[in-house]
Amino acid sequence: MLSFVARRIVIAIPTVILISIFVFGLQKLLPGDPILAMAGEERDPETIAFLREKYRMNDPVWVQYLTWIKGVLTGDLGISLRTNQPVTELIAQKLPVTIQLALMALVFALVIGIPAGILSAVKKGTITDYIANVVALSGLSIPNFWLGIMLILLVAVNWQVLPASGYVPPSEDLWLSLKTMLMPAFVLGTALAATLMRHTRSAMLGVLKSDYVRTARAKGLAERRVILKHAFRNALTPIVTLTALLFGELIAGAVLTEQIFTIPGFGKLVVDAVFNRDYAVVQGIVLVTAMGFIVMNILADAAYFVLNPRLRKQ
Amino acid sequence: MTFRKTTLLAALLSATALSAQAADFRFALESDPDVLDPDQSRTFVGRIVYTALCDKLVDITPELEIVPQLATEWSWNEDGTQLTMMLREGVTFHDGTPFDAEAVAANIERSQTMEESRRKSEVASISGTEVLGSHEIRIDLSQPDATLLAQFADRAGMMVSPTAAEEAGADFGLNPVCSGPFKFEERVAQDKIVLSKFAEYWNADEIHFDTVTYLPIPDSTVRLANLQSGDVDAINRLAATDVAQVRNDPSLQVEEAVSLGYQGITFNIDNGDRGDNPWGNDARLRKALELAIDRNAINQVVFEGTAPAGNQAFPPNSPWYDTSIPVPERDVEAARALLAEAGFADGIDLEVQAPNSPVNLQLMQVIQSMAAEAGINISITSKEFATMLSDQTAGDFTASQVGWSGRVDPDGNIHQFMTTDAGLNDAKYSNEEVDRLLDEARVTTDEAARKESYDAAAKILNEEKPIVYLYHETWIWALDDDIEGFVPYPDGMFRLSGVTKSE
Repeated sequence: MLSFVARRIVIAIPTVILISIFVFGLQKLLPGDPILAMAGEERDPETIAFLREKYRMNDPVWVQYLTWIKGVLTGDLGISLRTNQPVTELIAQKLPVTIQLALMALVFALVIGIPAGILSAVKKGTITDYIANVVALSGLSIPNFWLGIMLILLVAVNWQVLPASGYVPPSEDLWLSLKTMLMPAFVLGTALAATLMRHTRSAMLGVLKSDYVRTARAKGLAERRVILKHAFRNALTPIVTLTALLFGELIAGAVLTEQIFTIPGFGKLVVDAVFNRDYAVVQGIVLVTAMGFIVMNILADAAYFVLNPRLRKQ
Repeated sequence: MTFRKTTLLAALLSATALSAQAADFRFALESDPDVLDPDQSRTFVGRIVYTALCDKLVDITPELEIVPQLATEWSWNEDGTQLTMMLREGVTFHDGTPFDAEAVAANIERSQTMEESRRKSEVASISGTEVLGSHEIRIDLSQPDATLLAQFADRAGMMVSPTAAEEAGADFGLNPVCSGPFKFEERVAQDKIVLSKFAEYWNADEIHFDTVTYLPIPDSTVRLANLQSGDVDAINRLAATDVAQVRNDPSLQVEEAVSLGYQGITFNIDNGDRGDNPWGNDARLRKALELAIDRNAINQVVFEGTAPAGNQAFPPNSPWYDTSIPVPERDVEAARALLAEAGFADGIDLEVQAPNSPVNLQLMQVIQSMAAEAGINISITSKEFATMLSDQTAGDFTASQVGWSGRVDPDGNIHQFMTTDAGLNDAKYSNEEVDRLLDEARVTTDEAARKESYDAAAKILNEEKPIVYLYHETWIWALDDDIEGFVPYPDGMFRLSGVTKSE
């Protein structure tokens, strides 16, 4: 297994290099001059000339790329053009915020999606199944931003039970931190819950038709035991895979959710950086995210080894 | 005796209760400020943070008169080339460095020479400084500059601690040290900026909060929701569409001030090849467009009456507005006649680029339908702002819906845009007479003479219309009703001096 992981890491290296070139090139293709965006309303020619020099905008693109990648290799992702803060510091500051949001959203997705999926599979064709399907469909089709704003108006403004927006680190006040994150995590989680519910339902339907389930029932086992112990366990494999894949969707969904709820996370950082043409920040974030995905993939592959004895023998 | 004691006790108690409750003032901004260094920063929201963090040499009144802040009095020499300022005594920076004439000299030098400085053009007329005493300084100018005091009422006049500035260099903004009523505590990018009361502030009696927190909340609905839920005490930039709702809410209040800036349509007169088009070549067409639109209707339809119509670089309530050229009424027939005169009796196309925000698009759509009635077929090209700006600078446009945030001195609204080869003259408009008038207005401190020059220039610009001015934005704040003492200023700043919170 170790050699497998090592092989995967070696294969990942060219992928990361390609991503870095791609991201760098994409930035250069974006319309809008970053220096003009930075120079401010006055656009003083002297300032513009100085900034072009300072940020090496006059160098050929490949020289700019090499300068950047040289920094990256020594752990220096550059500094934000907008706030002068080091990009590594910004990322270290924002990443835990988004991870907290993603994890809490995942809890919502699992707690809502899986039971609903099991229920609608077991009660297939009944009113329960239809209700679960309608709810799932609404979860998929209601836009995040709309649901977010409606929740803010209802829960924060009318009932005044949760803060309207913002972020409190758990280290500062755990209870307030969870309260502040509750609405955004719910909004982000519901869309995923719908996907999970649909997949759980179809996986369960497949398993429920299989012979061993019939046998279990024939043995006279309690229905609850048949469903949870025999059927659900076997339906779980595709669900686990899906959950791992959903993590990517969570990070992407966080971009919008963070924007609505003004959460100072990864997503908000990248959106603001794109609009301000803060190249160093965009490049740093995309690189870190890409590497995160590669690590997640390697971990998932390694997990199959652990879970599936047949793979180990090969 | 007992009665007196009880009253005294009650008064003391209520005083402590008040100050205990009035601890933190939370203010929601529409975006996250950039670097917090007055010499480097460029965002509007950054200036709002500075009103609490950094004192300036002079300040303005809501009527735009220059009043003392760190400079207590000043005088000009005969030909307007030397400004002598007396400075406030007993002022210290947040790091304990004393504020004196040396500090002012160091600040001016920093604005002029630091490579990263964005203030260079604002203090370009200064040729040197002479420290005359511990709290007296003379500022020498290479030529008279009527705008200098107004510059000192903004970022160029903000005094930073010379000790801290020298130590931190270009990184000063990560831990700014000024002499304002509040000192820097912490900043989490895109989350909050926290300042705490500076105990040794020279005017500490007017400051009634222990801390102030600035929270960037971009979405206007969410910003308002935070105010309604009590999470913040006041918000910047209430959306015009929400004004009526907030007015009807007894727990909230609305304050407004017409801004110093303008919004308009800038035409490409002579910027590259694309300047050579009927709209750039013939002022009659631009006039026809102006006559085709009803600015008051725009104000009502798009801005719910919060954006007064305008046709000059200064808003109609400004002392610099030329009242002999009022905002024209809509006249579709006259517009058609002008088009015919210019040889476009059958109508003409016009491509206008506009920022991709909902309000700008709505504005352009209203203009589009009004202009269509006069035979002008507008196509709107919606662009993200940074892209639009670089296309505009490069001359890749026919007309651009763009504006200016406005400056205290009238020169800041017009000279850079309308004089030949000026930095912000994206239209590449050029008229010798306008150049002469605007240059003249810049170098005289005689207000009447300046007004005459601006009026004369306004008349020429009204004929030639390189910019068709549309309206003037209004700053709108919404506050919790327990906030008292806030005074709206046309510069859009939220000054905390004298503001209190009661329960």
